[in-house]
Amino acid sequence: MHPVVTLVAQRLGLGLILLFAASALIFGLTEILPGDAAQAILGQTATPENLANLRAEMGLDRPAFTRYFEWLGGIMTGDLGNALTNKLPIADQISRRMSATLFLAFWAAIISVPLAILLGLIAVRYQNRWPDKLISGVTLASISLPEFMIAYILVFFFAVKLFWAPSFASVSPGMPLLEQLHAISLPVAVLTMVVLAHMMRMTRAAILNVMQSAYIETAELKGLTTFTVIRKHAFPNAIAPIVNVVMINLAYLVVGVVVVEVVFAYPGMGQYLVDAVVKRDVPVVLACGVIFAAVYIILNIVADVVSILANPRLRHPK
Amino acid sequence: MTTPLLQVRGLKIGATVYPPGEKPHDIEIVHGVDFDVEAGKVLGLIGESGAGKSTIGLASMAYGRGGVELTGGEVMVNGRDVLQSSLRDIRRLRGAEVTYVSQSAAASFNPAKRIMEQVIEAAVLQGKFSRSDAEDRARALFEKLGLPDPDSIGNRYPHQVSGGQLQRCMTALALCPEPDLVVFDEPTTALDVTTQIDVLKAIKDAIRDTGVAALYITHDLAVVAQVADHIMVLRQGEMVEYGTTDQIINAPREEYTQALVSVRSITHEEKQPTEPVLRVENITARYAGTKFNVLHNVSVDLSPGQTLAVVGESGSGKSTLARVITGLLPPGDGTITFAGRRLSPDQPSRSLEDLRELQMIYQMADTAMNPRQTVGTIIGRPLEFYFGLKGKEKQERIQELLDEIELGEGFQDRYPAELSGGQKQRVCIARALAAKPKLIICDEVTSALDPLVADGILKLLLNLQKVEDVAYLFITHDLATVRAIADSIAVMYQGRVQRYGSKSEVLTPPFDDYTDLLLSSVPEMKLGWLEEVIAHRKMESAGN
Repeated sequence: MHPVVTLVAQRLGLGLILLFAASALIFGLTEILPGDAAQAILGQTATPENLANLRAEMGLDRPAFTRYFEWLGGIMTGDLGNALTNKLPIADQISRRMSATLFLAFWAAIISVPLAILLGLIAVRYQNRWPDKLISGVTLASISLPEFMIAYILVFFFAVKLFWAPSFASVSPGMPLLEQLHAISLPVAVLTMVVLAHMMRMTRAAILNVMQSAYIETAELKGLTTFTVIRKHAFPNAIAPIVNVVMINLAYLVVGVVVVEVVFAYPGMGQYLVDAVVKRDVPVVLACGVIFAAVYIILNIVADVVSILANPRLRHPK
Repeated sequence: MTTPLLQVRGLKIGATVYPPGEKPHDIEIVHGVDFDVEAGKVLGLIGESGAGKSTIGLASMAYGRGGVELTGGEVMVNGRDVLQSSLRDIRRLRGAEVTYVSQSAAASFNPAKRIMEQVIEAAVLQGKFSRSDAEDRARALFEKLGLPDPDSIGNRYPHQVSGGQLQRCMTALALCPEPDLVVFDEPTTALDVTTQIDVLKAIKDAIRDTGVAALYITHDLAVVAQVADHIMVLRQGEMVEYGTTDQIINAPREEYTQALVSVRSITHEEKQPTEPVLRVENITARYAGTKFNVLHNVSVDLSPGQTLAVVGESGSGKSTLARVITGLLPPGDGTITFAGRRLSPDQPSRSLEDLRELQMIYQMADTAMNPRQTVGTIIGRPLEFYFGLKGKEKQERIQELLDEIELGEGFQDRYPAELSGGQKQRVCIARALAAKPKLIICDEVTSALDPLVADGILKLLLNLQKVEDVAYLFITHDLATVRAIADSIAVMYQGRVQRYGSKSEVLTPPFDDYTDLLLSSVPEMKLGWLEEVIAHRKMESAGN
């Protein structure tokens, strides 16, 4: 079999094992939290009898092991269970929330990934000259500020002072695309600023590393311009590390949006998770946790696979 | 009179150096060099490392490697001074009028792109040929250079062809844009000797057939004698001697050139074998996780105080043999007897005495020493470890050892970075000697050194052998070294001992096919040697 197929199959298998481990870990963590769903629903004043009755009703009196596999079985058939607080199926809620989060992440990624790579290329082209220093400085400053801080600064200037964009990112299904984009422009800007520096700096470092290679000298001695050398000869050999850092940041765009969604009251996964935690709605927390873990694992598998495919030695064996 | 293609006058080249603990400062590495290359002629630039050969070669393309700067003089290519040209004009010159072939084609090809794309890139980009014309031209060059499958080899990636083939592809890359001048920078140095001869012939024919002029840079006078019309000898950035190839080889005027021509002046009388100190019997070995043996039934003996040279090309298993003897790679089968004791196959279970009496010196002295330890600490460590020496006693012994390796006072407190390549290798020798070993395994210890420096190391090793009565297992690919120091020789090929015996037996005909090929491939310092060998081989293969 072609070695690439074997390697990719290996990565997929490992990813699956990892996902199981993550689900067990998340389940275990919610188990060791003080109190349980019954306690959360009945509150501090519940009598032991009431608690026992409710636990029996909810099946919480059975061993954790059995409940884990029931829960796992449910997840694998797409049944995430019902929320405790409003008894609604979690899957319906999450699919709406997830698409909202993905919508936000998608536009943040569309802007930040090409921008980061382009800025990285420019920083390499003008290494140690003022464009490089400017790019490094600005992106570093933006990553150093906490994201809620950036969010409030942007809101202050662009929503409160200039009225260019809304401070609440409320999006409804029927809205035209342009209006939706206008609504999420500030959260997208914040997310872009947060992930830009990391990707840009990694791109710069990876390409600079490749620029030391002898084949870069060969390219320069062919009379190519510096930018052509970077684009055609250095970049293709720096793809693996760049893809890895891009994927980590994409995962962050989905998983790490909690703060930004809360600041802009955006109806995404982050909001949903925070609400569930406040209401001690354990099944929802579990479902969100597993989905976030899955996003991380899948994106990292994609990064691994792309790195493998980017290596000509693996793609074209002797 | 026509103006020469390349005319260099008073070329000065500088660089900024960053010595540890000092302020960065500028130094001059080439101090005003003049030479001409006429159209269609080949000029050989020869010298040791640090002579400025590559730097001068690259200057003809107005290129300074790393922090190197072209600080003065004129470099006229086709009547234009490239040092005064704009960056735009310099780019038009590179890859079109002047092209470059580097020492390591393996590193100089972009691993992510197909060979064809890289070979035609400059020709197409510089507007010399259309894409399809350039591809036709590349295929014709592949064929001329004797590459297999000239029509399809361009579709492969660099890692899919061998080192010798890639070096020819690099030559095709340089010739594809129909340049006026090609700079060959040690194009055969990284190749095995039997591969070198074919690549050398291919390059020579290509130069002759295309009528291109060339700067041929190398440290190997015997190689440059085969291809150059004129030779310029360089030393520390200055010209030592300039003349026709015939004059430089046969009647060198300067003392330095004479030393280069007559290098390997060492003669060594072979000694008769006695009761062996090391006996390797029927060793078979493979690396973990692989399915193929890399050593097959290897048996050799080494007498005390003598030298066994293990010769072969890369991949022949000579370094693996060293790993087996030192116990780093336990053999699958076979035994090793050392000083009358049966050696345990793996290194951790060997006695302290076994470890002490079997020492090793490596090819890269640089990486074999801790850069943060002084020479005194490096040499003192085995004295403490094996003999428990301390204080004054240890200091005296360190000084003794430094005297033995001809380094003298003041070296104890130096760091490896403050030593030259030859001095570093001497410190490694002292470290091995400190253990008072019966056997030292020398793995390509002179390969990274310049010929004159290597000569000094070999002389030192031979003297030490007389004084200390130590045996050497000398691993090398260099047959001149073998002739200079060996008592017995084992020729290895594909993991087997192809030929084994005393030096005179091994080097006296009749030879087996491989030994014949190996011995006849070593360049000799005479004009027309290349043609003689090739003609001889053609005759033999026709006769078979």
